Amino acid sequence: MVRKPRPVFLELARIRMPIGAWTSMGHRVSGVVLAASVLVAVYLLGLSLRDEAGFVQVTTLFGQTAFKTAVVVVVWAIFHHVLAGTRHLLSDFGIGSPLRVARQSAWFVNLAGLFLALLAAGAMW
Amino acid sequence: MSKRFTGLKAWWVQRVSAVYMLCFVLFLLVSFALHPLQTYPRWHAWMARPSTSAAFMVFFVALLGHMWVGLRDVLLDYARPAGLRRVLLATVAFGLLGMALWLLWILLRLQA
Repeated sequence: MVRKPRPVFLELARIRMPIGAWTSMGHRVSGVVLAASVLVAVYLLGLSLRDEAGFVQVTTLFGQTAFKTAVVVVVWAIFHHVLAGTRHLLSDFGIGSPLRVARQSAWFVNLAGLFLALLAAGAMW
Repeated sequence: MSKRFTGLKAWWVQRVSAVYMLCFVLFLLVSFALHPLQTYPRWHAWMARPSTSAAFMVFFVALLGHMWVGLRDVLLDYARPAGLRRVLLATVAFGLLGMALWLLWILLRLQA
């Protein structure tokens, strides 16, 4: 198979994307972030259930700034992923497809994810 | 494995697992809010209950299936060339299988 050269325009700074594209990219990025954090979460689950000392080790982690910062990122990832996923599921049923509604729900998902992450940060500090 | 979870099947795995995980996490949040498990004995005893362990096992199966479809999609879209893609897909597949065994071990150890 011989590929014909096609014009490529990839100046990321000059590409203006519709708001739904940000929701979609965020869905992917948050998914990869969550996949990576699952590895850590499984380790911490095992540690917290191993013995009393392990349990205390896990709970004291929540007092450390680096860990709390990571938790805020994961909280953003969870909420963005769940909200964008729910938006996706609804569109499977044909709900929210008109452009105006789709743009509104995309804004809602993007902002709600960030807002809830800020809320989590506020709750932990 | 990459041949098995494709097309419509992958679509269903992604959605059914998503709905189960969402319901389970909401249930967990309500449960923790009503009955906080702030000491090791209570946390351990709650996790060791067969009903809790079983619900978590279903959750982990849903999670790993969901992760497989999602990570596979990402690798199919971006990983080039084909050889590297195959290596990465195999790495993810074995990683997820390893994680399944690890989680099984964590849950079974509770019964000891």
